[in-house]
Amino acid sequence: MSHVLAVLEQRDGSLRKVSHEVVTGARRLADALGGEVHALVLGAGAVSGADAAGRYGADKVITATNAGFAQYAPEGCARAVAERAKGGAYGAVVLAASAQGKDLAPRVAAKLGAPLAADVTDLGVDGGSVVVIRPVFAGKALLKVKVTASPAVVSLRPNVFTPVERPKAGTAETTAVAGDAGRVVVKGIKAAAGGALDVAEAPIVVAGGRGLKEPANFKLLEELAQAFGGKAAVGASRAVVDAGWRPHGDQVGQTGKTVSPSLYIAVGISGAIQHLAGMRTAKVIVAINKDKDAPIFKVADYGIVGDLFEIVPQLTEAVRRLTSA
Amino acid sequence: MKIAVCIKRVADSETRVKIAADGKSLDEAGVKFILNPYDEFAVEEALQRKDKAGSGEVVVIACGPPSSQETIRTALAMGADRGVLLEAPGVPADGLAVARALAAELKDGGYDLILFGKMAIDDYNQQVGPMVAELLDLPCVTCVAHLTIDGGKGTAEREVEGGMEEVEFPLPAVLTVDKGLNEPRYPALKGIMAAKKKPLEVKPAALGTAGLEILALTPPPERKEGRIVGEGAAAVPALLQLLREEAKVL
Repeated sequence: MSHVLAVLEQRDGSLRKVSHEVVTGARRLADALGGEVHALVLGAGAVSGADAAGRYGADKVITATNAGFAQYAPEGCARAVAERAKGGAYGAVVLAASAQGKDLAPRVAAKLGAPLAADVTDLGVDGGSVVVIRPVFAGKALLKVKVTASPAVVSLRPNVFTPVERPKAGTAETTAVAGDAGRVVVKGIKAAAGGALDVAEAPIVVAGGRGLKEPANFKLLEELAQAFGGKAAVGASRAVVDAGWRPHGDQVGQTGKTVSPSLYIAVGISGAIQHLAGMRTAKVIVAINKDKDAPIFKVADYGIVGDLFEIVPQLTEAVRRLTSA
Repeated sequence: MKIAVCIKRVADSETRVKIAADGKSLDEAGVKFILNPYDEFAVEEALQRKDKAGSGEVVVIACGPPSSQETIRTALAMGADRGVLLEAPGVPADGLAVARALAAELKDGGYDLILFGKMAIDDYNQQVGPMVAELLDLPCVTCVAHLTIDGGKGTAEREVEGGMEEVEFPLPAVLTVDKGLNEPRYPALKGIMAAKKKPLEVKPAALGTAGLEILALTPPPERKEGRIVGEGAAAVPALLQLLREEAKVL
C-alpha cells in the first residue's frame, strides 16, 4: 500500500482550478495503489479554496507555510515538496503540467532521484507500477510508459483530467516550512492585457491564421472569445506568430502550445501538420475556412466553408444571444 | 563569459510520424533531423552574450546517437566555439538519466551560464534543464522569454497563465529559453566552412539506470470524420445547434 502526494497550486492565496484535476488524477492512482491522497499546498498562509481538495478525493489537506511562499518560490517549494515526499510512504507525487508545475516537477524529481513522467493524458497502475500515456511529437503519437522507480513523479496535462467529486475526509493540517525561499526570486506577475486566459488552460479556444489577412482583424476573434463570457482564449497559428501579428504565447502547434479545450474554433487556419498536432486532442473542433479542401476540415467535427469575415461576426452575435439568454 | 548550451537532435516538426517495427520508436526512414528549434534560441543567446562580454567561449553539448555530431556542427556553424557529444545509442525516455550525463560533463566546466531550449519538440519531456540545475545545485529559471544580465545578477521574464512572471537570480545559473527571446541567425557559408574545423570531442554518456520504460508508441486515435455543416453565414444557426445538442459543449 502506498499513498499519493497531490501537489496543489495557488496564486495570490487562492487555489487554482487545475488543482482539482490534480486531486482527481491522484485519487485514481491512490485507489489503484490502495492508499490515501494527501494534498499539499504551499503558501505564505492559509490558501482559500484548498478545502475543496477533500471534495475531489483528498484524505488529508496539508498547508505548508513559509513567508517566502506568497509568490511561487522555485527552490523553496521544490525543497518543501521533496521533503514531504521523502517523509511519507508515497508511491507517486502528482502535479499539474501548468507553467508552475512544469518548472517545479523536474526539480522535485531530481531531488528525489526519481523519474518524471511529464504532461500525461492518462494514467493507471499495472502490476504495482504506475503506467502513463503521454503525447509525444506534439500529439502525433502517444507514448505508453512504465515508471520502474519509486516514487513516480507525474505531471498532468491541464484540461484533460475532468474533476470528479469523490468526497473524502480532507482533514486539514498546517505545517511551517523552515528555511528561506531560495536563490531564485519571483518578483511578481505582470498581467497580460485584459487579464486574458491562457490558451493552454481555456475551456474554449478561438484560433486564427493567415486567413485573417492582417493583425487588426484578430479583433473579430477577440470579440468572439469575449462572447463566450470569460471562458475563451484567442490562439494563433505559427504563420501569424512568426509574422509578428500575435504574441508567442498564443501559438498553438508543435513549436507552440498543445491544447485540449472542450471546443476549438479554427478560423482561417489551413491546418499544417505541426498545427494539427497541437490541437487534435480538443474535444470538439470547428473549422471556418474558405477553402473546402483545407486539411483542417479533415480533423474538424464541424466545418463551415466560406468567408470568415462574414461568418465570424454572425457567430459572435449568435453566441452572445446564447450566453446572455 | 563561458557559456554551455545543451542541444538535441530531433525530427523536424513537419515529420509525419511512422512507428518503427519495434512498436516503441519512430521509424527514422526518410525523416529529416534538425537542431531542436528551442535550442536555436539558446545558441543565439549564448553567442550574443559572449559578444557583449567581449570574450569567452560557447560550448555546445549534446547527448545522443553518433548522428548528433551533425546537429553540433549546425550550432558550431552558427558561431559556437567547440562541441562535445556524449554518445549514447539513443536518448533515454527518462530525462533524469540524460540530466545525470550532462551534469557530469558540466560539473567542473566553470560555466557562467548553462542554457537549454525550454523543451525538445520530439519527446516533450521539458525537464532536463531544471534537473541538471538541481544536480549541480545551481539556480535555474525555466522558459525565459526576456533576459537581462548585469554583473553577477540576472532578471528574467517567463510566461505563466495570464501573464509574465518576473524572476531574479544570481549567476552562475541554468536557464531554459523560450521562443521570442531573440531571432536565431542562419549559419552563413563562412560559418559552415569554419564549423568543419572546430573541435568536437566525442565520449560515452554516463547515463546510469533509467526509471522509465517505454512500453509502446502508438498513433493517436483517429478523430471520427466530421462534416461540413454548410456554406457561409447561413450555416451559423445549424452549427450552434449541433454544438449545443449533439456535441454538448455550449
